[in-house]
Amino acid sequence: MNDFLLGVAAFLVLNVAAGLVRVARGPSPADRMLAAQLFGTAGVAILLLLAEATGEPALRDTALVFVLLAVVLSVAFVKRGWVRGPGTRPEKE
Amino acid sequence: MAPILGVISALLILMGAAFFLAGTVGLLRFPDVYCRLHALTKADNLGLGLVALGLILRPGEVATRVQIVLIWLLALAAAATVCHILARTSLREGVAAFGVDAPPADAVPVGAGDRDKIVGSSGPSGDRGTH
Repeated sequence: MNDFLLGVAAFLVLNVAAGLVRVARGPSPADRMLAAQLFGTAGVAILLLLAEATGEPALRDTALVFVLLAVVLSVAFVKRGWVRGPGTRPEKE
Repeated sequence: MAPILGVISALLILMGAAFFLAGTVGLLRFPDVYCRLHALTKADNLGLGLVALGLILRPGEVATRVQIVLIWLLALAAAATVCHILARTSLREGVAAFGVDAPPADAVPVGAGDRDKIVGSSGPSGDRGTH
């Protein structure tokens, strides 16, 4: 059963890796940010599976921190980090 | 009873992984950022919920099961928040939606609340006083 859980976790890691293609392609800054959101959700699932497979309860607390960081990261991104690039309206003035 | 629960748990976790795969395919294949937000914040969180449900059914302490449920609920709230602010910022910054013409450069985005700019740009230039 532990091998099964670890296998699913590995599959989710591959999902996150495939999502990195979207970071490379863009085109808008929000598209690149979406991969971070994928990493947040899939990362939580990976950590929950690993916590169950290895019997390491601290990994569950790490999953909790992942969720919180995903929100803070996105809010900081839209408030401070939005870089105008192709696909968005040019800055006025 | 335990073997049946184990099978159900494994099936739920597999279904969750399938939803994660659907979310990743959507992220890569959907045409614009608004569609991709759907794939990420809906399909992925359903996948996370199924994985969490599958893990809850496995034998273990009650406290850790409750913690898993709370983590999932927090992830749901987080995804809703992130989806909203990303979509609103994209709209405000003029990211074009699939199948819709890009908004003109001087369009006032929804929710901008910039009333004075609308009056100043299209209204008569005479002194009509303050609204």
